[in-house]
Amino acid sequence: MEYFLELSSSGLVRGSIYALIALGYTMVYGIIQLINFAHGEIYMIGAFVALIVSGVLTIYGFSGVSILILAGLIAVIYAAAYGYTLEKIAYRPLRNAPRLSPLISAIGMSLFLQNYVLLAQTPDFLRFPALIPDFEFMEPIAHIMGSPELVILVTSAVSRVGLTVLIKYTRIGKAMRATQQDMTMARLVGVNVDNVISMTFIIGSVLAAIGGVLVGSYIGQINFYIGFMAGVKAFTAAVLGGIGNIPGAVLGALVLGLTEAYAAGYISSAYEDVFAFGVLVLILILRPSGLLGKAVKQKV
Amino acid sequence: MRKSVIKKLVMVALLGLIMPATGFAADTIKIGVAGPHTGDLAPYGIPTKEAAEMVAAQVNAAGGVLGMQVEVLPMDDQCKPEIATNAATKLVSEGVDVVIGHVCSGATKAAMGIYKEAKIIAVSPSATNPPLTQSGDYPNFYRTIAPDDDQGKLASDFATDKLGAKRIAILHDKGDYGKGFADFAKQFIEAGGKAEVVLFEGVTPGAMDYSAVVQKVRREKADAVIFGGYHPEASKLVSQMHKKRMKIPFIGPDGVKGNGFLEIAGKDAEGVYATGPMDVSSYAVNQKAKADYISKYGKEPGTFFDQGYAAMQVILNAIEVAGGTEYAALEKALKNSYVDTAVGKIKFDAKGDAEGVGFSVFQVQDGKFVELK
Repeated sequence: MEYFLELSSSGLVRGSIYALIALGYTMVYGIIQLINFAHGEIYMIGAFVALIVSGVLTIYGFSGVSILILAGLIAVIYAAAYGYTLEKIAYRPLRNAPRLSPLISAIGMSLFLQNYVLLAQTPDFLRFPALIPDFEFMEPIAHIMGSPELVILVTSAVSRVGLTVLIKYTRIGKAMRATQQDMTMARLVGVNVDNVISMTFIIGSVLAAIGGVLVGSYIGQINFYIGFMAGVKAFTAAVLGGIGNIPGAVLGALVLGLTEAYAAGYISSAYEDVFAFGVLVLILILRPSGLLGKAVKQKV
Repeated sequence: MRKSVIKKLVMVALLGLIMPATGFAADTIKIGVAGPHTGDLAPYGIPTKEAAEMVAAQVNAAGGVLGMQVEVLPMDDQCKPEIATNAATKLVSEGVDVVIGHVCSGATKAAMGIYKEAKIIAVSPSATNPPLTQSGDYPNFYRTIAPDDDQGKLASDFATDKLGAKRIAILHDKGDYGKGFADFAKQFIEAGGKAEVVLFEGVTPGAMDYSAVVQKVRREKADAVIFGGYHPEASKLVSQMHKKRMKIPFIGPDGVKGNGFLEIAGKDAEGVYATGPMDVSSYAVNQKAKADYISKYGKEPGTFFDQGYAAMQVILNAIEVAGGTEYAALEKALKNSYVDTAVGKIKFDAKGDAEGVGFSVFQVQDGKFVELK
């Protein structure tokens, strides 16, 4: 039983990180039907910025939680700027091009950003300081779930609630929903669609950067390549849950994280990816539009 | 008329080859040095030849071994098995007493059968293929370098004997290097019978975290982890084990022993064990050999110089101890007397591998890898 809890905890932590990244994929897809392959890179850049900022802050004598919050904040702002710029230079000029063009542009941006960080920083792994402190009250169950894991779960959950509130109850949220339903109609009733799309990229990047900072601090190491695998997994999660559907992305991410943890724990960690993608195949066979996705009617 | 002159000349030439072999056999010790002395792989063979010649010159200047002069017969095999058999046949027909070589494992394997039939001992400075000694096919084969599986053996012996581990979890990164090391460690632990391998599992390099596999190690109640792979995964595993409040020893191969691991794992690195090539540069014999080489050739010695030097040293020592070049006596001497060589103080085990050569266990202490004696 305890073993089951241990695995569940590790699966939920993974799932929570995947969810933060998957939300960005699914929101962008929901609005402009683009799979933003460079999204994993935003997550990686978030982690790098946090590492650099925390290094600087340590020199200036800051400590612990204050570094985490400040570094996280700056990473989020930086990543948001990257997301905004990415959309502006790589996707907006291709808004009316055939759907394959922005997709190729996305892959190009992904490679560009990876190599940019490789050259500007280093090809080696870098040590990421453990910014999340160890809470005393978590000590008795630290072997099941430690403080960093708790912080990840809570932060991820709060971010998701924040996103839900933003989409349901704010003006920009309403505009996003309108754009998702029908871009032309939204434009006709006076929604500034370009702004809405920019905002979607910014929100997605913010969430990804939060994920990057949390993972860096939890795992203790980053390099320029971490965004690729995380991006692929988060994309899988988004598809699993039904791409374009926000609760679906979260559900898909948690299912994926738990599947990986149980597969690694009960079967073999050598095959965790096999099981992760196996579940994806299985669900797409049974429910082609994903767990919570709606079958899209072809407009004739 | 002319033809018969040539025939006679050939006859004389052939006789000439036979004459010294029988004529001087009594007062010289002939040591064949076989390896790649030409071709692409010559850089691996030449240093051994030079080392053997250097030692021979020094010994001869000091009066030789047992009053006999030492003669070095170099023989090129280009690291090719088919040439190696020819080289071996040639050395045997020239009446060598002992052979240093060959250098490449494949060539060595090809030549060993010939030496075995001729009852000649061969000491290789560099053939690391494990079965050469372990198969028992070549009782006349010795080497002054550690075999490929030595790290796995060292890690498993260290875990069972020094750490007293009874339940060992072996993890690897699924790559050739990491899994190879893990396979050997598993094999030795199972053969040793002192501990049980409770978990043998690959982890995916680049996966987000290893907490599930760390939990698995805990569930199996392992009391030591042996990991085959490189430092990024090792540091991830070590830091996650600490996060999950596990305090069991962690042992890695030489892919972990480096500054990269110390930098990334930070304070989690403290106490981690790793195997790595033994540091021989502090040995007096090694320093002297290097200095002699540099003063003679004006450059740093090449690959396998230390091992070649050591091979010559153990052979000459064995001849001296055995009082001659008789096979059984030499064998006994090689296996029983320690020699201070360029690779440390060594003797050979029953299978022909050198004891006291190769890898050491290091531990991270105060942010540095320290060799455990």
